[in-house]
Amino acid sequence: MILRGLALSTQWWLVPKGVRVREQSGIDPVYNELEPKRRCEMTSLNSLIEPFAQTMGGPIRALRAVMAERGWIDEEAIVEVAEIFNLSRAEVRGIVSFYSDFRTSPPPARTLKLCRAEACQARGARAVCQALESETGQRIGEAHEGAELEIEAVHCLGLCAHGPVAWEGDHFFVGLRASDAKDLASGALSGLAWAAATSLDDASPEWLEGQTRLIFERAEMNDPLDLDAYLSDGGFSTLARDGNELLLEIEASGLRGRGGAGFPAAIKWRTVASQATDTKYVVCNADEGDSGTFADRLIMERAPYLLLEGMALAAKAVGARQGFIYLRSEYPKAALVLEEALVRLERSGLLKDQLQVELFIGAGAYICGEETSLLESLEGRRGLIRAKPPLPAISGLKGQPTLVHNVVTLSAVPWIVRYGGERYRALGVGASTGTMPFQLSGNVKKGGIVEVPFGMTVRTLVETFGGGTQSGRPIGAIQVGGPLGAYLLPEQFDTPLTYEAMSSIGAGIGHGGIVVFDDQVDLIEQARYAFAFCELESCGKCTPCRLGATRGKELIEDIQREGPSQEKIRLLDDLCEVMTHASLCQLGGMTPIPVRSALGPMIDAVRQEDPS
Amino acid sequence: MRLADPDFGTPDRGGETVRLRINGQSVEAKSGDSIMRAALTAGIPIPKLCATDSLDAFGSCRLCLVEVSGRKGFASSCTEPVSEGLCVTTQNDALAKLRRGVMELYISDHPLDCLTCADNGDCELQDVAGQVGLREVRYAGGASHIMEPADTSNPYFTYDPSKCIVCSRCVRACEEVQGTFALTITGRGFESRVKTGAENFFDSDCVSCGACVQACPTATLMENTVIQNGVPDRSVLTTCAYCGVGCSFKAEIKGDQVVRMIPFKGGKANEGHSCVKGRFAWGYAQHQDRITDPMIRASTSHPWRKVTWEEAIGFAAERLKAIQTSHGRFAIGGITSSRCTNEEVWVVQKMIRAAFQNNNVDTCARVCHSPTGYGLKQTFGTSAGTQHFESVIKADVILLIGANPTDAHPVFASRMKRRLRAGAQLIVIDPRKIDLVRSPHIEAAHHLPLKPGTNVAMMNAFAHVVVTEGLLDQSFIDARCDQGSFRDWLEFIRREENAPEALALEIGVSAEGIRAAARLYAKAEHGAIYYGLGVTEHSQGSTMVMAMANLAMATGNIGRLGVGVNPLRGQNNVQGSCDMGSFPHELPGYRAITDDAVRAEFDAHWGTELHNEPGFRIPNMLDAACEGRFKGIYIQGEDIAQSDPNTQHVEAALSQMDCVIVQDLFLNETAKFAHVFLPGTSFLEKDGTFTNAERRINRVRPVMAPKTGMAEWEVTQALAQAMGYPMHYESAAHIMSEIAALTPTFSGVSFELLDRVGSVQWPCNEAAPMGTPVMHEDRFVRGQGMFVLTEYQPTEEKANRKYPLLLTTGRILSQYNVGAQTRRTENVRWLAEDILELHAVDAETRGIRTGDWVSIRSRIGEITLRAEVSTKVAPGVVYTTFHHPMTGTNVITTELSDWATNCPEYKVTAVEVTPANHRSTWQEAFTARHATQVELLPGD
Repeated sequence: MILRGLALSTQWWLVPKGVRVREQSGIDPVYNELEPKRRCEMTSLNSLIEPFAQTMGGPIRALRAVMAERGWIDEEAIVEVAEIFNLSRAEVRGIVSFYSDFRTSPPPARTLKLCRAEACQARGARAVCQALESETGQRIGEAHEGAELEIEAVHCLGLCAHGPVAWEGDHFFVGLRASDAKDLASGALSGLAWAAATSLDDASPEWLEGQTRLIFERAEMNDPLDLDAYLSDGGFSTLARDGNELLLEIEASGLRGRGGAGFPAAIKWRTVASQATDTKYVVCNADEGDSGTFADRLIMERAPYLLLEGMALAAKAVGARQGFIYLRSEYPKAALVLEEALVRLERSGLLKDQLQVELFIGAGAYICGEETSLLESLEGRRGLIRAKPPLPAISGLKGQPTLVHNVVTLSAVPWIVRYGGERYRALGVGASTGTMPFQLSGNVKKGGIVEVPFGMTVRTLVETFGGGTQSGRPIGAIQVGGPLGAYLLPEQFDTPLTYEAMSSIGAGIGHGGIVVFDDQVDLIEQARYAFAFCELESCGKCTPCRLGATRGKELIEDIQREGPSQEKIRLLDDLCEVMTHASLCQLGGMTPIPVRSALGPMIDAVRQEDPS
Repeated sequence: MRLADPDFGTPDRGGETVRLRINGQSVEAKSGDSIMRAALTAGIPIPKLCATDSLDAFGSCRLCLVEVSGRKGFASSCTEPVSEGLCVTTQNDALAKLRRGVMELYISDHPLDCLTCADNGDCELQDVAGQVGLREVRYAGGASHIMEPADTSNPYFTYDPSKCIVCSRCVRACEEVQGTFALTITGRGFESRVKTGAENFFDSDCVSCGACVQACPTATLMENTVIQNGVPDRSVLTTCAYCGVGCSFKAEIKGDQVVRMIPFKGGKANEGHSCVKGRFAWGYAQHQDRITDPMIRASTSHPWRKVTWEEAIGFAAERLKAIQTSHGRFAIGGITSSRCTNEEVWVVQKMIRAAFQNNNVDTCARVCHSPTGYGLKQTFGTSAGTQHFESVIKADVILLIGANPTDAHPVFASRMKRRLRAGAQLIVIDPRKIDLVRSPHIEAAHHLPLKPGTNVAMMNAFAHVVVTEGLLDQSFIDARCDQGSFRDWLEFIRREENAPEALALEIGVSAEGIRAAARLYAKAEHGAIYYGLGVTEHSQGSTMVMAMANLAMATGNIGRLGVGVNPLRGQNNVQGSCDMGSFPHELPGYRAITDDAVRAEFDAHWGTELHNEPGFRIPNMLDAACEGRFKGIYIQGEDIAQSDPNTQHVEAALSQMDCVIVQDLFLNETAKFAHVFLPGTSFLEKDGTFTNAERRINRVRPVMAPKTGMAEWEVTQALAQAMGYPMHYESAAHIMSEIAALTPTFSGVSFELLDRVGSVQWPCNEAAPMGTPVMHEDRFVRGQGMFVLTEYQPTEEKANRKYPLLLTTGRILSQYNVGAQTRRTENVRWLAEDILELHAVDAETRGIRTGDWVSIRSRIGEITLRAEVSTKVAPGVVYTTFHHPMTGTNVITTELSDWATNCPEYKVTAVEVTPANHRSTWQEAFTARHATQVELLPGD
């Protein structure tokens, strides 16, 4: 085991033996791939696919099942999926090619997934990557025919406080160094069992000091799956409240969506509640794809009932009876815990006749964290952004009114209902009410969840909790709010963490990810990465994002090669304008934020040279 | 000059009137409109690339951004709905800059070859670049797709991905308009590419309807004819000459060369959609096989001689007169063509009645929809379908019987599929698992694969369920139907012999299946019946039509939108040729020749005295010919030697005649028995009207002068004159004015009206000056709806030990009827020969594999063709087409026919299939005759 520099929590929770994915329930057997590979060529395609025929998002579930069983998707599987779901071959081909989890060539004996996102970058992922490339002689992300090992780039495994991170089969590797490359490549390096690796978060009294844990207080239970314990702690007692009361509490709380947009939750709830249709849905967005974020993952792993209680309350308030959790596939343990929690909850009959919740596992697409893309994906299609209007609250899943909230938002609801919206609103500053579980990671001595009321400055948060950089060097930049968040430079560190204050400096809170870089950070490279990430994850629907990301990346590569010029900066500026104002969704629309913030000093310098 | 019709960006969704301000201008719009549609309708331009008004808004190109006052940022005007009082700005510096920026990105991944591009001058990308004022592309040397190779696998269009802007219009057109889902975008981000589900277009599910090509705003998807000949410079609005859907097309032309056919958005039958035949397979009109000079010969063993029109017509008239002199006036007759215009048909039947002085006129509808005419006339009072195509959009349950619309009526099928995808339910009654039973996003609620020949039993069982389970619409019956006939029918249909349980074994479908389907139809708010030749081409074809009419009346599914009994008619003008008096017993407008008053009207107008008795039907003519009593025939645009059943009999009859006159584009099979060949005109040369399956009278306008020098009606007129009857029309419009004067259902029709309003559906008269989309709304044409007893009589044609399989015949998408047109186009790439489909079980027991040559024998004859083992047909049933003359499919079909109309029983022939290693005797004789007859053609 490699546990360098990590304070491993002493009582991490392990999956009890014998807990398996429900069988015959039409639920993804997604974690088969975490077991030693059991390839059984005898299993017919039909029997793999057929169980998903009547399920939401069936084609994606079926393709996942084929992947889990066979390791890749061949033409025969495409034809069979098309046949069973009554789709065209073209459609299935389109779906397969959209999601990065699906491969259309036989897998090599070993696949290593190396995280290349910002939090890991800040902790030396580039060096690990280079070492691995020179060790293996292959470029990461490129398939080499006949190679025994394939190294795939992934972008955030939610272990951001412990990077650089890699994932192979049923093991995670954390805290990687360049010197690990040889053993990593040969398979000699021992990793952490996934259950252990995902439980590295600290909740020691020292760490909790100075936090206001409303959501995460529920995440410290001994056995997160112990429903009785959750109930005896007052869990689900809120379900007695009637729908309108719930709405009023949420209105009073001033709760805003924690997924990134910060939209007032009550307006969404009111909108869904006022739709006069029989079928409505509550969808939990658990596609926590932002690098440097892991709050959703921890809630799902450690307080699954809290999330489900939040969903139940939301469903009651808006009049929905069916809920879905759209979970990213990079969170295997969260899936298993949620699955078991759902089984136990169902067995308890607590939500009988009120809400039925189903877990859906994505297939590798950052864009599916955007709510309309998520809904497309949940319906089993390519995760293309939908134009708004119509709003999902009016026409969402299957064209029905749908309340979409992220995990943290929903998990805040039980506290609000239990203690009152007013009390929640009393925390925080102005319209940034309540607490936010910030996620501190990157080049810090200590990272993890920091749940505090809105209003603490970035500097205070990072210095109080982070304990300085891991490298020991001065902090050079802090990216707040994931890959679409701004790089704050030292003169901006005193900005309070509120929606309003961040917005005033052209930054945002996003999903609360705070990634610290030391003064060695290459901000031009970070800007290039912002475009590269957008290029990689763009759904490809709108032109500014589809072409702009590539052109932006190329432009910065040109600058890296040959230096900046007035013309290049002007073009970059124009491109950022187009992407900001003309993109269909926030992926293209916000990519200029990290770019501009990172390049600010360079742009200023070039402008000063030639002020014309 | 741009030939494209105005495009309002997003579809017309209707709604209430709202007012908004765009750039300060007050604009009126409908509440279902987008801002884009409102602006473009008001003449305010907004640049756009991914939007087109045949497709739902998508919002991907971002060129159509506008500012809406009171809102942050910019909205894409295609996805943003209008609302009362909205204030919109479509142009300012910020918007201009953004649009240039988007365009600059587009062009950074687009070849800069406008001058040599096939779409130069007809390219939306080019237009928009100009519109937004793009002056430079500053991105240099980056990644691009401009080296991607073109896919030229489709014979009609090329996919050049190097020019693709990934607007998804093609993908969406394939889904929303055509409903095939053959295209997708693969990958994501910069790697998003348009792909099919296969390696290339030809091997994919693509049906070559052309919707993607039409939707493409660039040269990415481009007609090969445009690549070869350049962009056309003028257009003529006309009507397709293939199936009974009657699609409107703009023939786009350079000089007098057609460059492409573009389906017309304003066409009521097709609303801008098309299929592979109408869109692409028009090249036959210029095919080298086309004969444009009149020819005559003394006998069929003599070589053909090119002659002048005068000589040809003189020769024909002399022979016909000689026959009448020696064999009497009833020894000659004629056949009108369902492919010719109403005006041409009118003149032919008039010539026969007035110049030949008999009623020996019949039409190819005899062999397809004559039972429709008979059955619907008996029950409803008129010989035509009840609805317009648009009506299907209101149907909740569609009962599809003996029709395969995706192959035979593809453009209507797309409309039907749109409705099915939107939630209507489908019941398919067909021995074959046709595509509509299950294909992407379409799945029939019930497929009842009945044994061929048991239609009437099936319908009676349906009606029995309706009657015995209390599903009758009694108030409709009481108000609208003849009570006496209803009581008789009720008593008849109640009988146990009509119960599903009693008939299930005979039909070959479970009684529960029948009951469930019958209930679904009967309980529907709007239940619509659509049917094809699988209903009519049976010995009980007319009975079946009446059984369906009974069912529709019993459930109240008549006289409204979304209901009805609707024949999907085969040929472009089969409805019209019937309307025009092509039947031996009926004058135009389906009025009995025996009716003295009606006849007197014609006598007065035509200055003649019409014979008062019905003449010969086609089978009568052929039988009489074999007996030596019928010696001369004028056949316009029909190939009875290939299309009619029992080919040997047809050949024998033709061989017996002294004067066979064929008017056609090609030396068809019948012409091999002819003495006079009168070259015909293609639809591109015709002036007139076609009437489609929904009774819609569409204009056919000439794109070029007749290649033969004479319009077909002029030829007929000359022959009538040579026969001694004075006939003096000046134009097709002149003929139409006579049609209107003598046909009550057409009395309001004129070319002037059609040119003004586009098209009308008959009846079009004083009572309905703009035509009649839905018939029988307040009362049936005959007054009260008549129930007719429809006792099931099994056909005499039965599977037995010697002929254990039942053959049924049909059509395929790429080919049309006898294939005379489609075989002379690239469409043969999809079907180079007729194929016999048989079920795996039947193939297995006979040792037959896909691709094997097999012999198929009936009691009438034998042919050889290739087999395809299939699960589309049920065990015991085999299926083929008759598109290729060499196959001789009708060599094995029998003499049996509908009891009322003589429509042949093409759909049931008992056969045996065995492996074969040589062509059949008939096929060998055919090959020899073909070679001889081609030899006899004059050289150039």
